[in-house]
Amino acid sequence: MGKVALFIPCYVDQFYPRVGLAAGRVLRGLGVDLEFPEDQTCCGQPMYNSGCADDARPLAERFLRVFGGYDAVVAPSGSCVSMVRLHYRELIGESRALREVASRTYELCEYLVDVLGVKTVDGEFRHRVGLHKSCHGLRELRLGRDSERMDPPWDKARQLLAPLRGIDLVEITRADECCGFGGTFSVNEEAVSCSMGRDRIADHEKAGAEVIAGYDMSCLMHLEGLLRREQKPLKVMHVAEILEGARLAP
Amino acid sequence: MNTFHADRAAAFLEDAPHAHWYDTAVWFMRSKRDHAAGAVAEWERLRDAASGLKAHALSDLAGYLEEFEKNAKANGIQVHWARDGEEHNRIVHEILAARGVKLVAKSKSMLTEECGLNPYLESRGLEIVDTDLGERIVQLAGEPPSHIVMPAIHRKKESIGELFHEKLQTPAGLSDPKTLTEAARQHLRKKFLGAQAGLSGVNFALADTGGIVVVTNEGNADMGTSLPPLHVASMGVEKVIPRAADLGVFLRLLARSATGQPISTYTTHFHGPLRGGELHVVIVDNGRSQILAREPFRRSLACIRCGACLNTCPVYRRSGGYSYSYLIPGPIGSVLGPLRDAEKHGSLPFASSLCGSCSDVCPVQIDLHHQLLALREEIVGKGLLPWTKRLGMKLAGLVLRHPTLYRLAAALARRTLRSAPGLVQIGPAATWTRQRDLPEPPRQSFRELWKREGA
Repeated sequence: MGKVALFIPCYVDQFYPRVGLAAGRVLRGLGVDLEFPEDQTCCGQPMYNSGCADDARPLAERFLRVFGGYDAVVAPSGSCVSMVRLHYRELIGESRALREVASRTYELCEYLVDVLGVKTVDGEFRHRVGLHKSCHGLRELRLGRDSERMDPPWDKARQLLAPLRGIDLVEITRADECCGFGGTFSVNEEAVSCSMGRDRIADHEKAGAEVIAGYDMSCLMHLEGLLRREQKPLKVMHVAEILEGARLAP
Repeated sequence: MNTFHADRAAAFLEDAPHAHWYDTAVWFMRSKRDHAAGAVAEWERLRDAASGLKAHALSDLAGYLEEFEKNAKANGIQVHWARDGEEHNRIVHEILAARGVKLVAKSKSMLTEECGLNPYLESRGLEIVDTDLGERIVQLAGEPPSHIVMPAIHRKKESIGELFHEKLQTPAGLSDPKTLTEAARQHLRKKFLGAQAGLSGVNFALADTGGIVVVTNEGNADMGTSLPPLHVASMGVEKVIPRAADLGVFLRLLARSATGQPISTYTTHFHGPLRGGELHVVIVDNGRSQILAREPFRRSLACIRCGACLNTCPVYRRSGGYSYSYLIPGPIGSVLGPLRDAEKHGSLPFASSLCGSCSDVCPVQIDLHHQLLALREEIVGKGLLPWTKRLGMKLAGLVLRHPTLYRLAAALARRTLRSAPGLVQIGPAATWTRQRDLPEPPRQSFRELWKREGA
């Protein structure tokens, strides 16, 4: 395990610095030699998902320059990682540089579980928690098995949270329905987006959750926006924030 | 890019109780599918097999169609080829007109919807009766189907009672599904007995045996094609599969994916005309070979029209079938529509959160959400994105290419959000904040705080 780069999505950098800090602390707590490359900005997903590939391409090329040469790149976001790992090749074509960076870019939970082999999570979180399985992490990176597929289940985020003392991971009715964020979809299709978000919130409320936890702050930002507007007591938290106080070990 | 879907969806959601009812009704089908699929240990292997079989069939479509034609003819089936919808309609009309047909019993076929067959025949003096219950309901109401498997899913039983009262003279105020179904049954029985020809779609055409397979639940295709001596079946070119031996793979997936049934009530194999009768198969291209020629969209031709992608789609469930400008709603229609007319159906690829549920529920593994994404690029490439959005993306792209510019612009935006939030209530932020708050902007960004954290 050599030098590892922390990749903090632009909206986390600006709106949720505490999530970036938590991710950094969790990784350093495990002895990871972590660096934050200052020149990073955005992976280009908002442009790419809007069909504006020409505007996304220079950002993908920048990403390869900024993050080339690290042994691993870790981000607290399933969506941005899926952009790099799975969609850059459609955007800028296959190359050695891309293969090297793309194959070493990890979402935080999968890096902890698959690469660092975290087995021990020694900590406490005395709350009822509903897990929001953001779609790109779930169905692109396969951080868990989605409800559509019929093979044996797994769930990396749950695996990390379940050992915490006092945590009560509640079961929701629709285990992995989309929250309706969807990047620019949240604005292009505002009515549907908000309707989807409210339904997710209702599902977590019905299950008695106090906290909605997830591995993508973008979905949680959308849900938090709805929660705050309706002045509901439910909170959103990134998995990294919940793990921050715990001692993790292989 | 028009805003067809977003506008219609917003209107649909205004009636919140109805929208909630619709979501629940359609989600129920998704749950039934989960239950049925989960009972098959080899479900994912079946999907692999179906996807591979379809990919193979599409790789030599012309060869398999010709093999089908040869074997079908040997079975006494008359085979016709139609380049487009117009030619298809003309062929069907000629067959019917030459035999003096006045009344036709038709079972469900999305292809004939696509070709506009009903209005074509009606304008030439024929009476067409859709005999699938859901199809008959929307036909009586003068509506298009709102779902490809459950055409009248948008209607509650009370509204069907009113419709039947008006059109079939049933007593007012009926809402018991059994009574309503019985009324439709009696009404349709007369039509079946009077029809001189039956029209049907085709679920699968078998190249090696020259037969066609039609899957229904109500037996209406069987009744409609076995009473009159004339049966005309319409199929898209993509319906052919190489071997009858592989049919089981698809049948096991189809009914479970569509309605959660282990098998449909009727699966009928036609390997020739009735004694003394005629069986015609019309093979229609209507743009399919154009799609076949194009990666990554050719895979969309593997679709077996089960409707599972509609049932699982959180956007379809919250916007209804009529929010889609194309006659096939939901993810698969949002791929097929823009491939026919990118301008008219330009809003459809954006009517998706790209959650990917459709791709994983699809029994033949069409990568629907990736195709929707690829179509977005195509629509932008055709200059169909409004200039305001195009400019916004250009600007964001420019700023994000320069870390210093990004830091300054972001800091300014955060400061403005804190001190004068009213100033940013324009454009996308204004839309975002109609029903949601923006996040509380922190004083310092992550990168500023990280420096303090110490390297």
